[in-house]
Amino acid sequence: MDTAELKTASRYEPRPLACPWIAFAVLLLLWELLSRFSGLSPQVFPGPIPVLVSMGKLAASGILLRHTVASLFRITVGFYLAVLLGLPLGIILGRNRIFNTMFNPVIQFLKPISPIAWIPLAMLWFGIGDKPAIFLIFLSSFFPLVVSTTIAVSSINPVFFQVAANFNFTRREVLSKIIIPAITPATITAFRISLSIAWLVVVAAEMIAVRSGLGYLILDSRNALRMDYVMAGMIVIGIIGLLLDLLMRRMGQLASTSWYGSGN
Amino acid sequence: MGHILIDSVCKEYPNRRRKPRPGSPGTGKYMVPVLDHITLEFGEGEMVCILGPSGCGKSTLLRIVAGFEPPTAGRVIIDNKRVERPSSDSIFVFQNNGLLPWMTVWENVELGLRHLEDREAKNERIAEQIEIVELEGFEQHYPHQLSGGMRRRAELARALAVNPNIMIMDEPFSGLDFLTHMKMREEVVNMHRFTRKTTLVVTHDIDDALIMGDRIVVLDDRPAKVKLDHKLDFPRPRDFEKLPELSELRKQIFLMQGVLYAV
Repeated sequence: MDTAELKTASRYEPRPLACPWIAFAVLLLLWELLSRFSGLSPQVFPGPIPVLVSMGKLAASGILLRHTVASLFRITVGFYLAVLLGLPLGIILGRNRIFNTMFNPVIQFLKPISPIAWIPLAMLWFGIGDKPAIFLIFLSSFFPLVVSTTIAVSSINPVFFQVAANFNFTRREVLSKIIIPAITPATITAFRISLSIAWLVVVAAEMIAVRSGLGYLILDSRNALRMDYVMAGMIVIGIIGLLLDLLMRRMGQLASTSWYGSGN
Repeated sequence: MGHILIDSVCKEYPNRRRKPRPGSPGTGKYMVPVLDHITLEFGEGEMVCILGPSGCGKSTLLRIVAGFEPPTAGRVIIDNKRVERPSSDSIFVFQNNGLLPWMTVWENVELGLRHLEDREAKNERIAEQIEIVELEGFEQHYPHQLSGGMRRRAELARALAVNPNIMIMDEPFSGLDFLTHMKMREEVVNMHRFTRKTTLVVTHDIDDALIMGDRIVVLDDRPAKVKLDHKLDFPRPRDFEKLPELSELRKQIFLMQGVLYAV
């Protein structure tokens, strides 16, 4: 009787592992149906099977890996630069009211300018190659990082700074024992958001300024009228975006399991 | 050590809501007085309870004594030195959530001892403080995993670990349920009896003040002035039923605050 009860109970429990795969299967099915009945030629709108076969060929030849590595390299360098400069600036702006009122309008003015709009300037300034792409990725994550760090720092409970003063903390201790732990949860969320923006920008930047990377692969395949390669590039972009998000979320869980449950 | 002189301290805050009244003094800003020439002197080891209606400025007075805020006029002198900034000689125990939430109980207590070179001595002292407040077994817990009373006790341990001359407590029992409140009160009285540190406790609870204090100071409503400054030479443990004089004083203070004791 116990096992029967368990079975009925388990029937009502959702299966968290299976759900996303079902959605992906539906997506593949829709793709197949659309490509078959759209009336477009298979060259223009290939179905999932030829695309996956082409993707396998690209992967086997090493081309796919080369372009993926090129894109990942650019996003890594650009994003690190943005973190390296954006976090300290955000902390300074969050702690110093005078700097904040001085620089905040400028940052809010630059922030909404799409990194894509910077492409002509980036190419003129940095030429062709990795540099303009890295510059654009840097721009795309720098401003959101500065803004969210500023907000996170300025919303730290002032009691913690009083505790720090009461226990004779040095400036360095205030940074390492109060500010950094206090903003960690918000900062990881900000990383997640700005990394996904940076990944969007990578592809756009590579379509214009460089001769490698997943964006270039798509552009080059379009010129060769190989829509199966275009779609293969898109799939890899999606998969890597998914993995980056997963990585950041894991990082967030690592940092939050300890104390973030307190709600402040 | 632990002698406090509050010398004619005044505090004013700018009022942001109201426009300056025509003819009001000052340089265009309309200032609201909160403390009005408070002069008090506390001896070494005294337990002083500061009583007053909420919002009367008693917390402001404590924050000035702790050095978190400068007075607008007057000065605070602790052991012949003028208070200009916070110092670990006088530790402030916060109303609520003064523990750093990203540190365990152990790490919080360690804050005041972090300069100790000798690791073993340090660990011993931390363990000792945690034992005094009966939090053994909770060393590796984070504040949000503790109850309200345990959090206060942990903060008490953190303050005592520094071995300050002065303990400053702002409404140490607010937000606790009745029994926890009583236990915490006992804890604070015991702490004072054993350590003999000068202790300032701000409270709005008349009974707390009369049971705990060697001395009771009643502040008036805004701007706060000293309304009553009274020594409490009663034996401990104190009980209102056995000390008719204490009961009489309690009635007087109730009346002073504009409340009838018996309804």
